[in-house]
Amino acid sequence: MNRHSRYLFSFVKTNKSVIRTSHFTYYPDPPTPAQNKQKMNMFQAINNAMDIALGEDATALLFGEDVGFGGVFRCSINLRDKYGKDRVFNTPLCEQGIAGFAIGVANAGATAIAEIQFADYIFPAFDQIINEAAKFRYRSGGIFDCGSLTIRAPCGAVGHGALYHSQSPEAYFAHTPGLKVVVPRGPIKAKGLLLACVRDPNPCLVFEPKVLYRAAVEEVPADAYVSEIGKADVLRKGKDVTLIGWGTQVHVLLEVAELAKKDLKVDCEVIDLVSILPWDKDAICKKTGRVIVSHEAPLTQGFGSEISASIQEHCFLYLEAPVKRVTGWDTPFPHVFEPFYLPNKYRCLSAIKEVIN
Amino acid sequence: MLSISRSAKPIQIVLERFKVIDRANSFKDVKTVSSLFVDKIKFDTMVAFAGHTSVFPGAKAAFVSQPVFLMPKDIESIPIYRVLDRDGKIQDLTQDPNLSKETVQKMFRDMILLNTMDKILYESQRQGRISFYMTNFGEEASHIGYNSSSAAALEIRDVIYGQYREAGVLVWRGFTIEQFIDQCYGNEADVGKGKQMPVHYGSKDLNFVTISSPLATQMPQAVGAAYAMKRRKNNDACVVCYFGEGAASEGDAHAAFNFAATLNCPVILFCRNNGFAISTPAHEQYKGDGIAGRGPGYGIATIRVDGTDVFAVYNAMKLCREYVMKESKPAVLEAMAYRVGHHSTSDDSTAYRSSAEIEVWNSVEHPISKLKNYMVKRDWFNEAEENDFVKDIRKKVLKQISISEKKLKPNWKELFTDVYNDVPLHLQEQMNELKQNIEENKSYYPVKNFKA
Repeated sequence: MNRHSRYLFSFVKTNKSVIRTSHFTYYPDPPTPAQNKQKMNMFQAINNAMDIALGEDATALLFGEDVGFGGVFRCSINLRDKYGKDRVFNTPLCEQGIAGFAIGVANAGATAIAEIQFADYIFPAFDQIINEAAKFRYRSGGIFDCGSLTIRAPCGAVGHGALYHSQSPEAYFAHTPGLKVVVPRGPIKAKGLLLACVRDPNPCLVFEPKVLYRAAVEEVPADAYVSEIGKADVLRKGKDVTLIGWGTQVHVLLEVAELAKKDLKVDCEVIDLVSILPWDKDAICKKTGRVIVSHEAPLTQGFGSEISASIQEHCFLYLEAPVKRVTGWDTPFPHVFEPFYLPNKYRCLSAIKEVIN
Repeated sequence: MLSISRSAKPIQIVLERFKVIDRANSFKDVKTVSSLFVDKIKFDTMVAFAGHTSVFPGAKAAFVSQPVFLMPKDIESIPIYRVLDRDGKIQDLTQDPNLSKETVQKMFRDMILLNTMDKILYESQRQGRISFYMTNFGEEASHIGYNSSSAAALEIRDVIYGQYREAGVLVWRGFTIEQFIDQCYGNEADVGKGKQMPVHYGSKDLNFVTISSPLATQMPQAVGAAYAMKRRKNNDACVVCYFGEGAASEGDAHAAFNFAATLNCPVILFCRNNGFAISTPAHEQYKGDGIAGRGPGYGIATIRVDGTDVFAVYNAMKLCREYVMKESKPAVLEAMAYRVGHHSTSDDSTAYRSSAEIEVWNSVEHPISKLKNYMVKRDWFNEAEENDFVKDIRKKVLKQISISEKKLKPNWKELFTDVYNDVPLHLQEQMNELKQNIEENKSYYPVKNFKA
């Protein structure tokens, strides 16, 4: 389904104003202690992770729509040349086929890294992912599984992606036992999470915020490493309000925390949840007494609902204000109204004022 | 004006010997091409552009100077390959698979075993002893005929992805009566740990991937498995994927056919066309030439066989296996049959078809009866021995039912295992919550039926 993707890709590439006018400022991760580092943007870090995965595991396969020539977001560039057409290849344009094929590859014990071109187009594969991949081990009593399966999909707002190039579908999958779901916030995290997912013995989904592919640049450790699935990262310590987000929204929240400090004298803690399923309950409870959860996806039944309910259940006595959710509206993701749709820093800042008073 | 299409009479023009290029030997027959709204076209006019080959990336074909509207009826139905007639006589002696007496007897007995077990388990569902059942009546030959090739060409290492009406494959491979019935009871001996409905069998040892209810989902999976297997060093196994003609309407079937072809996967796509998907007759399922008719459209080698003829299935499967292994390409096999039993124990099929119709397929056209006739002719059939065999199987099945239903169910904690490779923290918490609730309300939970 790359009807508009090439256009999108070239737009992002040539029109720097997309990044200049974007709704967030990128906050790179602090430098890692690794000796051997390389400056990479997020698509390069993902490419590097897949290069390592294909290099260390001769059964590993990489496939999807337009993956062969390098992918519409360049994530698989040069990999076909390096590993051959039988390992890095295009599939027919059919998401249910890609997911089903990947499950079969994993059934046979090989490693499958499947790409869905946009997270918006993962829904034709919903049945294969929910009814098959997630339940394979359980229903067979553990004699068969598809644990060596990873599905990657670009997600989230990109400035002009409208209804079908902007969605954040993580909550649909968070309701499915048997899956692991992660969202990286930048290149270092993306590489570590992708390698962790490829090696994890369970089917994993990686939703990659596409606006970060080029906008996010960091010094990425060149060697292989994994970032733990199921563990949140505290990116900024604070004592007054806890801000929780994932993906691009983490960068909105980091900026909001600075604004809150400057304008409101409020000390915010910022947590990147990283892993949607399973998610890190211990990281978010009993800290500041005030919590704001923020995500791009719509409010109703968004993953913020799960977090809020859980905080209310486990941290009731510590709460000094109701848990506040700042999210996309309960509408499809619009084209020209995107600036009004997103849970931007101004809406997050208002929410901080609300929970403080 | 739209009236053009009304005024001009559709005229079918039979072009002399308009041969379709390079089809499999099985149907090199003359093709006819009809053209609507054109009065008289001569072959010469139509191929005025002869020699001009298309350079479109999407298709290689000749140009014609008149519109050629290919009608479905212009393509002959793919013929049904059969070896045995209903009297058990081999029509074309070159097609005699020359199986040994032992092999044929095993085929026959496996069919009888499946049939006998089906009858009893069907009844036991009727008595409320198991929750659900699906019989294999009328389709025994498809399962046995396929797998009996193992004697000659197929091995247990070939991986099976099934739908749910292929228990005969398991019978042939050595799944025991005990294993079948334990699964139906979901007791502690069931390898599936009682998690799925009855007849959702699976066996790692026998390379039979665990059945799931969603239809056709196994099809692209089988294709993916075949792709991964073909990359193994010295691979000597293929994948066989079973599905019904109803499941073939699912999007996943399209995905599987197309992926198998474009990615050159050694997979045999085996369609059991038994005429019905629950109550929906085949003519409400598709308008084309069955499922086999779709194979060539995807660029896949295709064969249609008489699914009530165990030798035809055997020969065709042997051919398919040789082809997919040698060419590293898929094959489509459509086995024509009739679903003699109800769809499942939740269905009464006389609500949508006549008993008389069923009776024909349950007697003279039944795969067991055809093979029996063959054995009688060869003097390989002994009435008394077979009666004893059936009696023996009945006894074994009944005995196993009483054993299996007395076995404890698995420990209730198995409810939480195998969701992931380990039990993550949040599931451990939920397991503990249930444990506490069971302790507080012991009398309300059937704990005594479950392994401690």
